[in-house]
Amino acid sequence: MFYPTYARRSDPFALMRSMLRDVDRVTPTRTAQPVFPAVNVWKGDEAVAVTAELPGIDPSDIDISVKDNVLTIAGERKAPEVPEGARWHRNERSYGRFSRAVWLPYSASDDTVEARMTNGVLRIVVGRPDEDKPKKIEIKAA
Amino acid sequence: MTNDVTQTAEKTATETPETTTGGRIYRPLSDIVETDEGVTLMLEMPGVAAEDVDVTFEKRVLTIRGKVQHTTPETLQLAYAEYGEGDFERSFTLSDDFDAEKINASVSHGVLTVTLPRAAEAQPKKIAVTAA
Repeated sequence: MFYPTYARRSDPFALMRSMLRDVDRVTPTRTAQPVFPAVNVWKGDEAVAVTAELPGIDPSDIDISVKDNVLTIAGERKAPEVPEGARWHRNERSYGRFSRAVWLPYSASDDTVEARMTNGVLRIVVGRPDEDKPKKIEIKAA
Repeated sequence: MTNDVTQTAEKTATETPETTTGGRIYRPLSDIVETDEGVTLMLEMPGVAAEDVDVTFEKRVLTIRGKVQHTTPETLQLAYAEYGEGDFERSFTLSDDFDAEKINASVSHGVLTVTLPRAAEAQPKKIAVTAA
């Protein structure tokens, strides 16, 4: 890395700051926690849909809320009940509370949001409010 | 700080040969628990219905296949994707003391649970010692 010594002579900490910036770039400051759940976002003229894979979660354990244009999916992944004295061979799945916020392109009210869960896949459809829809402007004859 | 890349689920594709349709095959995440009665496997297969799961046990190899039902909303276009959809496939080699007739499999909310009870003759028997 190249640190020009002539730059900002009046600021004695400039070099140190620029070195720290380079360190930040290569070493993540916090261990990257995978975000759960992963979402796919679908767009159309009339609605936006958000799909997420939530295997093993009872629909009653999922909270979906909409405030302005932020859609939040929260809940808990419960660990399976295993009998006493059972030995774990593999534990690849993870458990615990989760929360995920998704920005929507427009504000939606609760009554235009519909959620459905099939085979562990959650699908939320948010209808586009009328005031957000583009208005067609007619051209008048002169 | 600078590297704020959204890192999502640990869904990994299998290293099996390619599919003819070009779709991907994923390796379902598994929990495996052993008790004195047998072994229980729990596999995450979101989007797979019970009738689309295929469990086979042949020559000590337990193979699990699941055909995904795609959740493509009609009239909508994919704008942002964090996960891929595809069939699931994974196999495990087990010891040969399981009763193939009594294997039980069920699907609940996209999680397949397979219970393999140990064969009766393989379960440890306690032999009572009598005083002569």
